[in-house]
Amino acid sequence: MTSAVYNSTNSADQNNFRNQSSSPANGDIEKQFVDAKAYILASTTKDGINLYDHLAHCLTRLLNEQPRNSTEIFEDISKDVKRETSRPQHDTLRDRDAPDSEHSLAEEQKPLFEKPDNADQLDDEALQSPLPNLLEYAYYFEQSGIGLGREETYRIWLALKQLVDKHQFEKVRFWGKIFGIQKNYYIAEVKFGDDEMADEEEEEQKDSEDGKEIEEEEQEQEEDPLPKSTFKTPQEVPKEERGTGAGMPWTKLPQVTPAQISQARNIKLFLTGDLNREITSYPSYPGVEKHYLRAQIARISATTHVSPAGRFKFNDEEEEAEEEGGRDNYQDNEEFKGAALSELIDEEFNGWVHHVQHILPQGRTKWWNPKQDSEKEEENEEEEEEMKAEGAEEIEPESGPPLLTPVGADAEIEGTRPWTAKISSLLIPQYACAFVRSNLWPGAYAFARGMIWENLYVGWGHKYAMTDYGPQLPPEPAAEYADGPDIGETEDPSPEEEARARASQEEAAEEGEEEHEEELEGDEDDD
Amino acid sequence: MGIESKNFSLDVDLLAYSGIVFSPEQRAALQTSMVILKEQYRFKSIHLWGKILGISDDYFIVQGRSKNELTERQFLYSKDCINWSMLTAATDEAKELSPMCQGRFTGDASHEFEVKKFTVTNEGTEEENIDEEKARLREEERLAAVLWQIEQDSLIIPRGSYVLQPNGDVERNRTFEGLTATEAGKLTNYFHFREPIQLQQKSLLYRASLDKSIQFLDTVDEDIPKGSWSVQYERGTGLIQIRSLKWLGMSFFHIPETNRYGSLYYGIGEENKDLPFMI
Repeated sequence: MTSAVYNSTNSADQNNFRNQSSSPANGDIEKQFVDAKAYILASTTKDGINLYDHLAHCLTRLLNEQPRNSTEIFEDISKDVKRETSRPQHDTLRDRDAPDSEHSLAEEQKPLFEKPDNADQLDDEALQSPLPNLLEYAYYFEQSGIGLGREETYRIWLALKQLVDKHQFEKVRFWGKIFGIQKNYYIAEVKFGDDEMADEEEEEQKDSEDGKEIEEEEQEQEEDPLPKSTFKTPQEVPKEERGTGAGMPWTKLPQVTPAQISQARNIKLFLTGDLNREITSYPSYPGVEKHYLRAQIARISATTHVSPAGRFKFNDEEEEAEEEGGRDNYQDNEEFKGAALSELIDEEFNGWVHHVQHILPQGRTKWWNPKQDSEKEEENEEEEEEMKAEGAEEIEPESGPPLLTPVGADAEIEGTRPWTAKISSLLIPQYACAFVRSNLWPGAYAFARGMIWENLYVGWGHKYAMTDYGPQLPPEPAAEYADGPDIGETEDPSPEEEARARASQEEAAEEGEEEHEEELEGDEDDD
Repeated sequence: MGIESKNFSLDVDLLAYSGIVFSPEQRAALQTSMVILKEQYRFKSIHLWGKILGISDDYFIVQGRSKNELTERQFLYSKDCINWSMLTAATDEAKELSPMCQGRFTGDASHEFEVKKFTVTNEGTEEENIDEEKARLREEERLAAVLWQIEQDSLIIPRGSYVLQPNGDVERNRTFEGLTATEAGKLTNYFHFREPIQLQQKSLLYRASLDKSIQFLDTVDEDIPKGSWSVQYERGTGLIQIRSLKWLGMSFFHIPETNRYGSLYYGIGEENKDLPFMI
């Protein structure tokens, strides 16, 4: 019975149905037929393909093509028809996936590998670029088990080369890599030629001396006025963001104020990779992420940039240490013949010296006396006097270790040595190099072998602390003005008391104390 | 997870993006030693686990595994990649003391740390008494405890790379073809490679809908505090690096659409307790 019904529906001829349904004797069959048709129309696959339509398509195809072995390939035809109806959707999706980011990244990096037009002229000038031999350093670092892989180093090198080609630099070196949560930073340290330095010497506005204004009431302790930033980092530090790969342009990091450096000591945050991210912390940081990054770079450099002893020496023509703390100029020691390996891994660490100035708690390298400057200003004399009176205690000049001190003199971190020195190879010491790594800033390394030496930082940009970080507590609320009899309220005197008081005053007035009376009356009026 | 000794020479380069580099001498020594150790201790597989930096010396850590990779793990350590010592599993006392221990690893395995333990009696009442006890912890035990803790907190594997056999063994999935590029960027597709803790707390209904052979571990995205992992793509979508912010130095890599993944710990061996402040 069912097959009979199917036969009738399979024919594309609609008339048959009506013919059959019109005959009253087939009412039963008609009902079954309607049920069957309903079932066929209702059954759909997940893609929304109607069984009825599908059968219709199959038959159309068969009738159009009229293949010889139709029964054998019937299943294939059915599959083909199904695929045809659903294929367009998948196709478009597949097309969209094609340009994936790896491909686009590779395209981006291709220009890095292009040779400049004048590469054929290998004249002296072109070869004298300040570009460092990064791969050579990478080799030594690799011997010591430090650094980034060779492929990555090469890409960084190419990116540095691009940077060098664009500007006139006197010196260039790769400072290191700082990890961020979303993106990482590659830092290059450059020293501009003299012409470009002139633009950078703007002095910042001095902040107003709110903290020094004297009020009679006690007030909250406010920070000292921010010192004027005559502290300039002699070397600018461009950096490159790397979200999806090298080849991104270099961005110059701004100079930072001493306040930003000293505040960076108080907070501890991960970098995210977005230079303009707001830094929410307590105490509030006066800057965005790029300032924090620059401040951390300055701190790391100041603490961990070392060189073999004797590599640099002081310029003998300059005078001895000036008042303001230490000499700050050094130059290459031409007579340096390379440090002995044994000296470099010596336990006392006298083989290495710092060649970057230490940063004082103030945030500068040279001590700036906040009192001096304020006295020079011609403001209210009153204020000056009061300041002198209040600032009677001398502010001790902050001092740090002078330049070119051996690393061995670094302060210990609660009993552990601040540096670790090792030799890179125990098995073949003839060709090994010595390297040190800092225990205070995990991630800071330096190696040396003969005439070659270099510093590198690979890490997250944070100091090592034995104790856990605790944010600064908010300052204590200022004490209220103590309740005393002078500001206490008293009750108004009753009329009888007033009369009595007046009577006694009149007696006193006769003795000639008129001024006193007036004052008393004045006071009473004020109550 | 570590890097299996078979894939060692290729995979270790992929972690260079996280600043993990081994010198050629160390690599040669490690390659040789791992094979010898595997034979010696009859491990089913042996992995380079990482390196803990100490003050005067570093420890190279290698992990050997038997049939059930989740539970049967042994650690071995060495200072020069050639002479190895077995590390006994951490005692409960060591696990309790090591987070309170202050100071870097010195590099001397027999060094003793003095740990101050504070016990509070009668808490909350007026007679609250904070006692200070001094306990001693050997560096070796501290090392074992730290390694165990790192594994608990930050050892991750991609989803589907290990299967739970009906007899309870956890084995590598031979048919694992890798996560897709988009999947690899999502933390929900990575599991902690440890006994599941959070999974037990989920509702039965949820657990019933999971695929028991693959989803039998905790996912990484439920770690507290949120955001304690950093996921980054290198080379476009060609390589993914996941770094733990809780244990700085733990790095995991995976090449999407391939079976290659691995992780290494290269750091000072101390937890980043300031993590909530730093995010």
